[in-house]
Amino acid sequence: MAKLKPPVSEQDHMKGDPRAHVILVEYGDFQCPHCGAAYPIVKQIVKDYKEKMAFVFRHFPLAEAHPFAQAAAVASEAAANQGKFWQMHALIFENQHLLGLEMLLQLAESLKLDMKTFEHDFRDPKMFKKVEDQFESGIMSGVNGTPSFYINGIKYDDSYDYDSLTQAIDKAISKNAASKTKA
Amino acid sequence: MLDVNTAAPDFRLNATPDQKFSLSELKGKNVILTFYPADWSPVCGDQMSLYNEMLHYFNKYNADILGISVDGKWCHAAFREARKLHFTLLADFEPKGAVSKLYGVYDEKKGQSERALFVLDAEGIIRWNYLSPVGINPGADGILDALEMISSKK
Repeated sequence: MAKLKPPVSEQDHMKGDPRAHVILVEYGDFQCPHCGAAYPIVKQIVKDYKEKMAFVFRHFPLAEAHPFAQAAAVASEAAANQGKFWQMHALIFENQHLLGLEMLLQLAESLKLDMKTFEHDFRDPKMFKKVEDQFESGIMSGVNGTPSFYINGIKYDDSYDYDSLTQAIDKAISKNAASKTKA
Repeated sequence: MLDVNTAAPDFRLNATPDQKFSLSELKGKNVILTFYPADWSPVCGDQMSLYNEMLHYFNKYNADILGISVDGKWCHAAFREARKLHFTLLADFEPKGAVSKLYGVYDEKKGQSERALFVLDAEGIIRWNYLSPVGINPGADGILDALEMISSKK
């Protein structure tokens, strides 16, 4: 069974409490239509499992198939440098059909980012490397397409609709709670 | 399927409509053989497209990848172009599935190759193999682990 490598750490973009019962990790691509379809579902789950679950997003841009996927990933990292990763993540997915270089700059402006810094970071090879490292961790973790999800470090192979995902999350929560009472 | 530690049998198949390619041309390189059921699988980020994104990771290990299915050479040509694939696809077309059979990964009922992976070392010895359920894309973690193992034993 494929496992998340490396495990979730402070290097990751995380929403929610790292001590939560469940950590859901998504390897995604900002230009992938399936990731776009999964976005509102994941958003709803994050809202509904507020106290119980943390969510992590890692980049897995399929750059040959999706010409703007890498740029979008780098743009989100550039936004992260100004503390706005999740805002950028949301805006890109919400406007996925308009994705392009110009659009990424417009999104950065709409988030009131310091544009000089943003444009610098957007071209910074270090940001590109950050995205590549996440892609590489995805390969080692057995990502076989996007989106790929991991629940508490174990690859989730079922479909990404709300019911299937939350069923698996509920199972992980009760498993975790049971092992905690035993200990 | 052929076992680990056996020599990978050589074969010669069409790589493009007017070019044939032999496995033996890659002597001295590690080789990933990926047998798959068919071109044009409908999913986003299908197995071949996924490997296409990973070519420079394979290159780091001095490895080339060859895709093999029973699709014809013109079919492969169109598929490669549509998905912008930058590696060789071989047509195991006539006699149909002969190479897949040679490697023990042919599904007689469906008339197509199984979804199977082999990693060969520079001497052409099979060092790792994997048969995936046909509907499940096995990803590349096993391939990279195998390449890592080969390079660490040198």
